[in-house]
Amino acid sequence: MTPAEPRAPGGAAAVQPGGSARVGNPGPPLWLLCELTYTCPLHCVFCYNPVDFARSEQELSTEEWLRVLREGRQLGAVQLGLSGGEPLTRDDLEIIVAEAHKLGYYINLITSGIGLTEARIQALKAAGLDHIQLSFQDSTREVNDFLSSTRTFELKSKVAALIKKYDYPMVLNVVLHRLNIDHVQQILEMAQSMHAEYVELANTQYYGWAWHNREQLLPSQEQLRRAEEVTQRFRERAGQKMKVFFVVPDYFERRPKPCMNGLGSVFLTVTPDGTALPCHAARMLPGLSFPNVKNSSVEWIWRDSEGFNHFRGDSWMKEPCRSCPEKTKDFGGCRCQAYLMTGDAANADPVCDKSPHHHLVTEMVARANQPRPAPSEAPRAEKPLVFRDRKNSISLLR
Amino acid sequence: MTAGPTAPTIGSEARPTLGRGFRLQWEPAQSAHVLLYPEGMVKLNASAGEILKRCDGAKTVAEIVSDLEAAFATQGLEKDVRSFMGIALERRWLEIPE
Repeated sequence: MTPAEPRAPGGAAAVQPGGSARVGNPGPPLWLLCELTYTCPLHCVFCYNPVDFARSEQELSTEEWLRVLREGRQLGAVQLGLSGGEPLTRDDLEIIVAEAHKLGYYINLITSGIGLTEARIQALKAAGLDHIQLSFQDSTREVNDFLSSTRTFELKSKVAALIKKYDYPMVLNVVLHRLNIDHVQQILEMAQSMHAEYVELANTQYYGWAWHNREQLLPSQEQLRRAEEVTQRFRERAGQKMKVFFVVPDYFERRPKPCMNGLGSVFLTVTPDGTALPCHAARMLPGLSFPNVKNSSVEWIWRDSEGFNHFRGDSWMKEPCRSCPEKTKDFGGCRCQAYLMTGDAANADPVCDKSPHHHLVTEMVARANQPRPAPSEAPRAEKPLVFRDRKNSISLLR
Repeated sequence: MTAGPTAPTIGSEARPTLGRGFRLQWEPAQSAHVLLYPEGMVKLNASAGEILKRCDGAKTVAEIVSDLEAAFATQGLEKDVRSFMGIALERRWLEIPE
C-alpha cells in the first residue's frame, strides 16, 4: 500500500470503554454485517478485506458471535449479513444462522459457493437462512482463464442448481474490473444459463487488495461504455425474467456515493477478531480506536464509542463539505476513499468534483484510459497483480 | 405514493401473497412494520403494513378490503387498497400465486 503520510483526525481523544463520545442520539444499527472469518479458499485480487488480515487475532468463538447477534438485535438490528472470507469455512455457521433466525433477523449469506454441499444448504435452510448471494469470483491465478475456467463454472452451476432446488431466489454477484469487463456478454449468458433472477454487475470498489491492485484493475472509460451498452442490449432482449443491475465504479462519477448513509448511521460491521467498525473498510482509518466486542457491549460500541461517533453527524466536516447543500445527501462521500487518496479521512471524498483533490481521481482515470499491452505480451513491464493470500498479507506487513 | 401508468391491476378475486424472499414483520425499534428482502428493507407506513399483513395467499382482495373496513370502522377503501397492491405487485412485494 502507498498511503500518504497518515495524519490523526483533528482533536480526536480516545474514549475508554465506560466513557462516552456520543454525538446526537443515534438510531438503530439496522444492518449488522458479521465477517465470520478471513479464511477463504479464493485469492481474489479485488477483495476489500484488509491487506494486513494476517495480523488479525483469533476468530470469535461461537458463543461470542451468538452474543453479538443477541445484543445487536436488542438495539434494533434486523438485516444480517454473514460474510468473510468465506463464511462456509466456519463449521458453526448453522448454529449462528439458527440463533439469528430465532432472534428475528433477515439472514443473508454472502458466499463464493465453495463448500456449499447439499447437506449444508439443507441444514442452513432448516436453520432459517433467508437468502444466498452467490458471488462469481476469479478463482484462478491465471487471469486469462477467467471465463474458461470450467472447474469454477461447473461448481457455480452446481451450487446455482442447489439454490434453486431449495427455493431461494438466485442472486448472482459478479465483480467487474479491467481484466474481465470486456466479457460482460458471456457473463450475462452464463447467468442466464444458471437461471439467475437477479444479477449484480458490481464494478470493483477500491479498498484493501483492490486498492493495492488499482492500477491494473481500473477499466478505461471506453471499456465501461461498451459494458454498459452490452448490458442494456441484453436487458432489452432478456426482459423482466432476469433483472440486471450495473454498478458504475465511482471514480467515473462527479458526486460521491452516500457511503454507509454516513458512518455510524445504520451500519455495523464486526470483523473476525471482534473489532467493531462503522464500515467494513474503516479499520484503515488512522488515529481512531475501534472497540472490540470481546470487551465491550454492542450497545456501548454503537452509542458511545469514539470509533462510531467520530464521523457521526457533520461536525467533523471540512470545506467544501461543511457549507455544501448536498452534505445531507451524500454525507461527504466515503471516509476511507478520502483517506486513501488524500491522507486525511476528514477531507471531501475526491470523487466529488468540488473537492480540491478531484484531480487525483481524474488522473487515475486518465491513466486507465491509456492503451496498455496485454498482460501476456509484457508480463514484466507492469507491476504484478497481488493475490489475496496469507503469504502476500504477511509480506505487505513488512 | 402514486401508481405509475404501468402499475398492474389486480382483480377482486385474486389472493395475493408476499413475494418469494420477502418477509413482513413488526419492528419495535422502528415502531413500524418492515418488509425485509435480500439485502434490503422497506419501512412501511401504517396502512401499507395493515394491508400487507392480510396478504396471506388465502384471503381474496375483496375479503381483505372488507376485513380492513371492519377493523377500522370505515368504508370505501377498495380503490386505495387496489392501487397500493398494484404498486406492490410491480415491486415484487406481492405476487398472485398461479
